[in-house]
Amino acid sequence: MTAFSPSSDQSPSNTLAPPLREGSAPMAQVATENGHPDHRMFGLATFLVADGMTFAGFFAAYLTFRAVNPLPAGAVYELELILPTINTVLLVLSSFTFHRAAKELRHDQLGACRLWLLITAGLGLAFLGGQMVEYFSLPFGLTDNLYASTFYALTGFHGLHVSLGALMILIVWWQARTPGRFTADHHFGVEAAELYWHFVDGIWLVLYGILYLL
Amino acid sequence: MTIAFPPQTSSSPPGLQPEGWLRYLSFSLDHKVIGLQYMVAGFFFYLVGGALAGMIRVELVSPISDFISRETYNEVLTLHGTVMIFLWIVPVVNGAFGNYLIPFYVGARDMAFPRLNAVAFWLIPPAGFLLIASYFIAGAAQSGWTAYPPLSLTTPAAGQVVWILSVLLLGGSSIFGGINFIATVLKMRRPGLKLMQLPMYCWAMLGTSILVVLSTPVLAGTLVLLSFDIIAHTGFFNPALGGNAVVYQHLFWFYSHPAVYIMVLPAFGLVSEILPVHARKPLFGYTTMVYSILGIVFLGLIVWAHHMFTSATPPWMRLFFTIATAFIAVPTGIKFFNWLATLWGGKIALNSAMLFSCAFIIHFVFGGITGVALAQVPFDIHVHDTYFVVGHFHYVVYGGTVFVIFGSIYHWFPKFTGRMLNEDLGRFHFLITFIGFNLCFAPQHWLGLNGMPRRVAEYDPQFTLMNQISSVGALLMAVSTLPFLINVFWSAFSGRVAGDNPWNALTPEWLTSSPPPVENWKGEAPLVQHPYGYGVTPGQIDLGAATGREIWSSGQ
Ligand code: HEM
Ligand SMILES: [Cu+2]
Repeated sequence: MTAFSPSSDQSPSNTLAPPLREGSAPMAQVATENGHPDHRMFGLATFLVADGMTFAGFFAAYLTFRAVNPLPAGAVYELELILPTINTVLLVLSSFTFHRAAKELRHDQLGACRLWLLITAGLGLAFLGGQMVEYFSLPFGLTDNLYASTFYALTGFHGLHVSLGALMILIVWWQARTPGRFTADHHFGVEAAELYWHFVDGIWLVLYGILYLL
Repeated sequence: MTIAFPPQTSSSPPGLQPEGWLRYLSFSLDHKVIGLQYMVAGFFFYLVGGALAGMIRVELVSPISDFISRETYNEVLTLHGTVMIFLWIVPVVNGAFGNYLIPFYVGARDMAFPRLNAVAFWLIPPAGFLLIASYFIAGAAQSGWTAYPPLSLTTPAAGQVVWILSVLLLGGSSIFGGINFIATVLKMRRPGLKLMQLPMYCWAMLGTSILVVLSTPVLAGTLVLLSFDIIAHTGFFNPALGGNAVVYQHLFWFYSHPAVYIMVLPAFGLVSEILPVHARKPLFGYTTMVYSILGIVFLGLIVWAHHMFTSATPPWMRLFFTIATAFIAVPTGIKFFNWLATLWGGKIALNSAMLFSCAFIIHFVFGGITGVALAQVPFDIHVHDTYFVVGHFHYVVYGGTVFVIFGSIYHWFPKFTGRMLNEDLGRFHFLITFIGFNLCFAPQHWLGLNGMPRRVAEYDPQFTLMNQISSVGALLMAVSTLPFLINVFWSAFSGRVAGDNPWNALTPEWLTSSPPPVENWKGEAPLVQHPYGYGVTPGQIDLGAATGREIWSSGQ
């Protein structure tokens, strides 16, 4: 037998401390789900960083096209400003209404919360409607030229996010009708939908800036 | 060690999860099962990728394309690269070891999101089979693992679209895994365990996962645009339609340079676990190791254009990316010297795990030096897209990461199965892998310097001899998997029983039974604040008492 055995090898600070368990004192402040610590909001935030990087790649591609690929002679690429501006206002407004909904929920006003959720979803759907109107009134199609393709790809990918977000809002709105489903301090679904919605809203502001204003 | 056994509150109701070997085919939520699922699936794809490599090397025995047609050769090399990177190295060095070890290292009973974890794994087999099936059904993609347009737009579309779909699925799997690792390392540490006390592999996986989360989505978006170019005939990357092919290269390498670190950083971490155990010394320079990893993560994100020096990059861009790339050598060098210092004066047990790890250090230095050379524009213009580049990246990816994977299997197999691998077979495996690998890839540097282009089925007859030497090396590498496979299968059933801690190691995965129970520890999770405490407390490890061989065999 040489100088070590597993136990003598154990340096004194490698000690045994209480188990990582629900209810044990140091973990008490962490919310739990089915007995496991609940880190879903953290996970969602990390996912949104990843999702944001997809958009960042698209933005970088678009800006590089702008810098080095001039529009060929005769190609049509013109955007109107009024409709997208109205759309921007709708979407920004919807971020505030969602914030309001979450606030009502934290004050246990379930009814008011559901109303504001519904308003938020309505604003989101109005945005999508506006986007559709714009698509059908534009003088260019998907494959007409590089800028046309980029425009549809960027707004389409964002529109997909808005659709998913609106769906999420309608789902939590529906779930919220069951009393006790969401409580003042336990409402992951609403929180998640809210974070996602603010994210989609923020992305739109960048898109609006570089597609329409730049 | 006396441990109290508190009543077990199992989170997954018993009966829902299958028992025995069947759980390896199930949607298991146990991180250890998922880790081994990654491992076995990855190894299967390694054999597939190896067979494809064999086809390449057989074709290149003679200068003319006689074994397979040129188109088939293109398909084979595309599949080989894609399978090896996305289905073998990334899933195994991240998914397999990460899932198995990280929860132990942070003192948790599972990953932060067990269900997401299982989803991430189960995306891999369908993606892999889709990719392989494309070869038999419509003809696989032919544009290499980089899928550069316009080549990827002019080669047959069906195979390319399947390739994109498959890579998207694998990218998704990788992102889900990355989110899980970040959350587990940052949020699941048992109370009392500080970040700077974590085993180095945790830091490596944290850094890797940051790269995954930041860069993989860019690849995904780019491939979606590429698929529009193929299917809908948009012109994002098609110069003929007014698009810009170089933008694809930028976006692709924004992912794929970090991807080389996604493949090698976890290997750095694993080596940092193996060396201290078998050298019986603390890991040298823990803090500098951590900051080197973070430095590599940051620098790794801003060097991508060193792959594009011949793509009409403007001078300022060449300058910036050359300098940034040279800077990466600093944190990498720090890690290298730390490993050497860890070994220095240690009681080194030259067992299979250690042999593979030491070979990793040698190969990686060589591959790192050719890498820095490649980042110098005047040199790169000559050897870009030649066999020199092939030699470079096989030294880092195979000589580096794959050697570490094998070393890690020798090191952790006792934990996985409760039985030891056979050492003699292991060293034999090491010997032929080492000889075969160097025989296969060292001559490729010469070939590249003399102008042999990569990715072509035919070559100038003056290169014949070197190519044949390289193919002999490849044959040895193929043979070398046999002793390994025999060893694994034989030892899994009849190997010597390992016991809980055959290496007398200090990291937490060894402080439980082999294989560990569901939820990792019967009772409390140990709080390991000095994972490399070998010999730090005077009197506990007697470095003078034994030779390395004795220390190593004392654990048996
Ligand atoms: C140590 C620092 C490293 C430096 C400075 C470096 C530099 C380079 C450079 C400049 C190239 C481009 C050569 C060309 O195409 O003309 C290259 C190619 C490559 N490197 Fe490295 N490299 C390093 C480490 C690594 C590592 C760790 C890996 C993987 C684990 C890796 C994998 C690759 C691959 C796969 C390619 C070829 C990509 C392709 O064109 O298919 N490199 N490297
Ligand atoms: Cu690179």
